[in-house]
Amino acid sequence: MAFHGDLNLEATELRLGLPGTGDHERRTPPVGVGVTKNNKRGLPELEDGHREESTRTTKTQVVGWPPVRSYRKNCLQPKKTESESGGGVYVKVSMDGVPYLRKIDLKLYKEYPQLLKDLEEMFKLKGGEYSEREGYSRSEFMPAYEDKDGDWMLVGDVPWNMFVTSCKRLRIMKGSEL
Amino acid sequence: MSENDRHHPQQNHFCPAETMSEDEDPCRPSPPPPPPPPEPVSKKTRNCAAVHPSPHSDRVLEIVLEHVLQFLTVRRDRNAASLVCKSWYRTEALTRSDVFIGNCYSVSPARVTTRFPRVRSVVIKGRPRFADFNLMPQNWGAHFGPWVATMGKAYPLLERVYLKRMSLTDRDLCLLADSFTKFKDLVLVCCEGFGTSGLAAVASKCRQLRVLDLSDTEVLYDGVDWISCFPEGETCLESLIFDCVECPINFEALESLVVRSPALKKLRLNREVSIGQLYRLVVRAPSLTHLGTGAFGHPEPQDPNDQEMDYGSAFSACKSLVCLSGFREVMPEYLPAIHSICTNLMSLNLSYANIGVEQFKLLIQHCCRLQVLWVLDSVCDEGLQAVAATCRDLRELRVFPLNAQEDVEGPVSEVGLQAISEGCPKLESILYFCQRMTNAAVVAMSNNCPDLVVFRLCIMGRHQPDHITGAPMDEGFGAIVMNCKKLTRLAISGLLTDRAFAYIGRYGKLVRTLSVAFAGDSDTGLKYVLEGCPKLQKLEIRDSPFGDAALLSGLHHYYNMRFLWMSTCQLSQRGCEEVARALPRLAVELLSYEENEEMDNETVDVLYMYRSLQGPRDDAPQFVRIL
Repeated sequence: MAFHGDLNLEATELRLGLPGTGDHERRTPPVGVGVTKNNKRGLPELEDGHREESTRTTKTQVVGWPPVRSYRKNCLQPKKTESESGGGVYVKVSMDGVPYLRKIDLKLYKEYPQLLKDLEEMFKLKGGEYSEREGYSRSEFMPAYEDKDGDWMLVGDVPWNMFVTSCKRLRIMKGSEL
Repeated sequence: MSENDRHHPQQNHFCPAETMSEDEDPCRPSPPPPPPPPEPVSKKTRNCAAVHPSPHSDRVLEIVLEHVLQFLTVRRDRNAASLVCKSWYRTEALTRSDVFIGNCYSVSPARVTTRFPRVRSVVIKGRPRFADFNLMPQNWGAHFGPWVATMGKAYPLLERVYLKRMSLTDRDLCLLADSFTKFKDLVLVCCEGFGTSGLAAVASKCRQLRVLDLSDTEVLYDGVDWISCFPEGETCLESLIFDCVECPINFEALESLVVRSPALKKLRLNREVSIGQLYRLVVRAPSLTHLGTGAFGHPEPQDPNDQEMDYGSAFSACKSLVCLSGFREVMPEYLPAIHSICTNLMSLNLSYANIGVEQFKLLIQHCCRLQVLWVLDSVCDEGLQAVAATCRDLRELRVFPLNAQEDVEGPVSEVGLQAISEGCPKLESILYFCQRMTNAAVVAMSNNCPDLVVFRLCIMGRHQPDHITGAPMDEGFGAIVMNCKKLTRLAISGLLTDRAFAYIGRYGKLVRTLSVAFAGDSDTGLKYVLEGCPKLQKLEIRDSPFGDAALLSGLHHYYNMRFLWMSTCQLSQRGCEEVARALPRLAVELLSYEENEEMDNETVDVLYMYRSLQGPRDDAPQFVRIL
């Protein structure tokens, strides 16, 4: 699209996302059956795009219908979309003594050292060394993760891919508890 | 809408001062009070003994009146008293301590503080309800700023602020905390615009804080650990509600706060609080009456081994618990822990808990005293049948959709509704989302539940008829208005013709709030309602074929209403302009969905109009045009 930079096309695109999400201020008006708005001005290209999308997403595209508040919809959706999306594997990371948690996308890493380095940076730690043979060496802080069975495991023991698929959340433990 | 344990369908237990009778705003345009009775003798300058008793008797009368009026707490009574004469108007104004502003733009803050100088408690409502569903662009208004600025100077002894659908900033909260030294109760329902910094200001400066309630309110996490900002030592906290606040919580600080708040009765945790953390709080606060459980799952690694935690006895120690909610990330294996307290429960909110039918039945079978139940439709018709079998005392039921879309197979239907109507004859309030419904079930409910005050049925498929007969849903809703003589709030859906509106206009004599979506055939429908429902206060309509003629048929009534909302109907600017001309005290706002678009003269996206003493507001954004 030649005009991409100027025209803020994103604001008028139809999405399957929840209306009102994202920080664009313009919204598409509701599309009601039998009560269509005719005063759409738009680029010819855009309207074609609209038509295609609207045939795919007819009934679910109405803004604010059914009348369920976004907060409620968002609370109950996550389980579905996480499994459907080909996107990231986001896990919470907590650290002992720090009141707030972080979230990281495990898909962004290919191996343990990368992950560990990022964790160190994120929480400003001095960590240990990771070696493939010996796993993660001890230091003041030890990264652990909760696996699918609910057990807490030390990071680094299993092959990376297995770790990514089984890791539910991460925790950086303080040395004193080890 | 706040999650709470309403025992009375329309009374919000968070603000006892707010009663159902919202008809009469203190500041609605009304005729000036009648002239006072003839002046007593005292005004005449005559030197005679008769002069002396009169000034005192005047004053005595006022003092007596002040004392008597203290006993009037109901808004409608106070409004009536204020109309008797000038003296009563003055005295009532001096003695009114609770002010209710149903629409923040109906009157200016200065006008309120001038008339009522001794206010301790304020309720202010802002955006209309349809704004909750993204039908109104952001930044429309409803700012708390002007209110807190004015009240900060006028009401130094203010104790209570209740806001619904208002926008507040951190600065507003700081100003509140600084201005009101005796501040006690802050209740924010469906509000937004501020962050944890604002909360920190309130927590640290309001030393007498009793209630901090953030229901359905959005709080930005800006890094400030507000829970740690409560002062050291014992607090006066009675209610701490933050279940919908999506911010991480410093649990140690929270635990310490709970331990040093001996008066705490209501605690609603957000989903960041794990079940192990909940356990630690519950054992330290067994006298709670209202509990929001947080996640009710996801034990933290630092929680002691599950086997060590006897959740069951921790909960059964809470003998006063009557209202339970939360279950935000529920792990069903923990549910049996609450079975023992279910018999005491009056109110249960499982509307964020996706639990299956069997788990639900195991739970609900103990809840014989339940009066308020909020669930997800994942409990299915079968779950609702179990409710009907056990909860004979049920007053309020809300069934929310797990999957809020049209055209999916829904797990609840007319079967569930029929069962509820048969098992719960005392039902007063119902909100029911479903994919399919029949007139027969709705008629049955109208017959079986004569005490219904609130009937809100949302058939999620637009224009869906009775799925067995194929007929419109007119007869069902007609039966509701005909048979439920106490009905004041109605929300309709499904395929509806003008006939449904004819029924509402004919029989809905007490209806105050009406929600309409994708309904009706022609202007006649709306006319029926505007001409037939004398008590109508709040009318919200979307995507229905009503035009200027219908709009103009309500001119006689709009001053008696809180507001009218019509979006994506068939109104034209000219029609709205005519209304604005005919009714100068009405604020007629036209909103555009597109923020920067020139509003064309033909169609109107959104009409939002309300009575107002203050004239057009000066904080309207670009997409709002006030006629």
